[in-house]
Amino acid sequence: MDRREAVQYISLLLGGTLVGANSFLTGCKTKNEVSYTFTDEDIAFLNEVGETILPATATPGAKAANVGEFMKVMVNDCYEEKDQKIFHEGITNLQNESEKKLKTSFMQATPEQRHDFLVALNKEQKDYTSGKKADDPAHYFRMMKELTLLGYFTSEIGHTQARRHVPVPGKYEGCIPYKKGDKAFT
Amino acid sequence: MPENTYDAIVIGSGISGGWAAKELTEKGFKTIMLERGKNVEHIKDYTSANKELWEFPHRGGRTQQMIEDYPVLKRDYPLNEMNLDWWANEKDAPYVEVKRFDWFRGYQVGGRSLLWGRQSYRWSEYDFEANAKDGIAVDWPIRYKDIDPWYSYAERFAGISGNRDGLSQLPDGEFQPAMEMNCVEKDVADRINKHYKRTRMIMGRVANITQPLQARTNCQYRNKCWLGCPFGGYFSTQSSTLPAAMATGNLTLRPFSIVKEILYDKNTKKATGVRIIDAENNQTYDYFAKIIFVNASAINSAWILMNSATDVWPGGLGSSSGELGHNLMDHHFRTGARGNAEGYDDKYYFGRRPNGPYIVRYQNLFDDKRNYTRGFGYQGGASRSGWSREIAELNIGGEFKDALSEPGQWSIGFTAFGEILPYHENKITLDPNVKDKWGLPVVAIDAEIKENELAMRKDMQEDAIEMLTIAGIKDVKGYDGGYTMGMGIHEMGTARMGRDSKTSVLNGNNQVWDAMNVFVTDGACMTSSASVNPSLTYMALTARAVDFAAKEMKKGNL
Repeated sequence: MDRREAVQYISLLLGGTLVGANSFLTGCKTKNEVSYTFTDEDIAFLNEVGETILPATATPGAKAANVGEFMKVMVNDCYEEKDQKIFHEGITNLQNESEKKLKTSFMQATPEQRHDFLVALNKEQKDYTSGKKADDPAHYFRMMKELTLLGYFTSEIGHTQARRHVPVPGKYEGCIPYKKGDKAFT
Repeated sequence: MPENTYDAIVIGSGISGGWAAKELTEKGFKTIMLERGKNVEHIKDYTSANKELWEFPHRGGRTQQMIEDYPVLKRDYPLNEMNLDWWANEKDAPYVEVKRFDWFRGYQVGGRSLLWGRQSYRWSEYDFEANAKDGIAVDWPIRYKDIDPWYSYAERFAGISGNRDGLSQLPDGEFQPAMEMNCVEKDVADRINKHYKRTRMIMGRVANITQPLQARTNCQYRNKCWLGCPFGGYFSTQSSTLPAAMATGNLTLRPFSIVKEILYDKNTKKATGVRIIDAENNQTYDYFAKIIFVNASAINSAWILMNSATDVWPGGLGSSSGELGHNLMDHHFRTGARGNAEGYDDKYYFGRRPNGPYIVRYQNLFDDKRNYTRGFGYQGGASRSGWSREIAELNIGGEFKDALSEPGQWSIGFTAFGEILPYHENKITLDPNVKDKWGLPVVAIDAEIKENELAMRKDMQEDAIEMLTIAGIKDVKGYDGGYTMGMGIHEMGTARMGRDSKTSVLNGNNQVWDAMNVFVTDGACMTSSASVNPSLTYMALTARAVDFAAKEMKKGNL
């Protein structure tokens, strides 16, 4: 990112419209000590959560982009310890809530059940986030959703299949026609 | 010629050092260019330039370890995993912040020419006259006509793309064809230019070439400039001045050379050479030459002078004026406005343009009067939002994913870049207690913006809101992301030019008054900051100073 882009990001951040890219700009404050570990089950679980947020449609979904593994890397390397704690407790929370509401584990639930469940959880997250003060802890599902979006759209699939990726455009055309349904350029 | 003796020494290999080396070697001077950091070879060492985002484990972001290692760089966008190698190691080379100062340094061959923003504007006559007219600091010892031909010279070689817009406050140059505005920018520019007599919204002038130049391929619109360009699409030491200097056969490049001091002979009142510490083996070496160009970047150039000739002047070479290390400037920014453009859903653009439109300064020019002195310009642009947007009603699921895979709402934003006045009390000094990895004293930086800049910031935001509103933009919101000195990465003024040796460090040819064979032509030499990006002016001043030095050498004056 160069300054022009950074400046745009800052203005978007202050406008409060940006999800997912926050981790590029907001610094964290404390030293990272990995005190939480991700099991293979955790990663498989997070891939299913990600796939529910961004499922395969005409293009592959978040699971194909292995966002579960990406979440592990980001939480381990980039999150402050207090946020790591929230994230890991969130995995348990999400499973417990699923048992309570769906009467089945998230992994056992149907895609439709998972979808409806995460729609409700996302609403809870949004209500919480909009009312929270700056120093209040983040909501675990906001983290999962942000990392899913970031992980998916910065992945190879997110570039080359979900959108149109031209590594070397070679030219700039400032005004070309667009029709609804055309994918974005990366 | 004895070993370690050259015709000329250049300290630093960034934008101005590269220019000094090119000009000196092309005039036949055997030159050594000393760079404190490692070598970065053009193309070969651009290790991230051809990587895709998904090849970076954190997709370009920052880890907790990076945040711990770079307590200064983390304060703004430069800290990222893609070009971390090109920012100075803060543990090896600390500095003291009397007041917070965000010093973002590039310690390698090419310096920050690899990393710069590339916006390239001429100063106008108004800028060179400003101090004299306002009674601020000291008068510039030069006027626009003195530098005009050197701007042309620098533009032709560096390759600046832009339009000739016919504005006296932003003089035209010798440009390659401009980059294009997109549909929204064109319409906003039309409306702003129709409504206001006082300003123009123009296409940014940028050191990215739109036609091949020398061995360089024109910009490929990848927008990855800060990773080094394998096409040579933008001006850097590596793409432009270094190959030209090397082609003469007169250049020796010595990386890992930390200049400790300039060696000064009080009998001849001239410098004889420089003393360096080899950053790898910690040994000291002396190099000798008839002329020395100091291009270590504003703060480090002043630091070198402060450590030189201290047996004659305790405050160092150039300190007899009482101005060495003072008058530290930058550009203040991070405030402006943005909003949404409606009615363009059927329009898009192709390519990633590393440039955007520019709104030319109008405050305190012509009939415009403000409650502060000087002014600001805006940089910005329009684009369609990407995947990181919120979509009302869609939060989870396939429709959400497919919607995010399409371009979103058009928005346009502008950020102002404002002039900072040269305050004598904004200064750097040597800290007697803190030493760097090589045992050298470090700088303490004590600088802040004051009432004039704070008053200007109100207009920087409010005028942007007004302009975008008049241009028909919806949901216009102002913002001020806050600014501390240094964030502009335009450090200037610590060894200013002037007309009088009692009040300035350098004369009108960039010579140190106290050592006429020492030239300082980086940001340190600036007598005021203007509101436009300064690097093109360093290029022009450097070429001009080398031309002068060569003529003086011929006359036997140096």
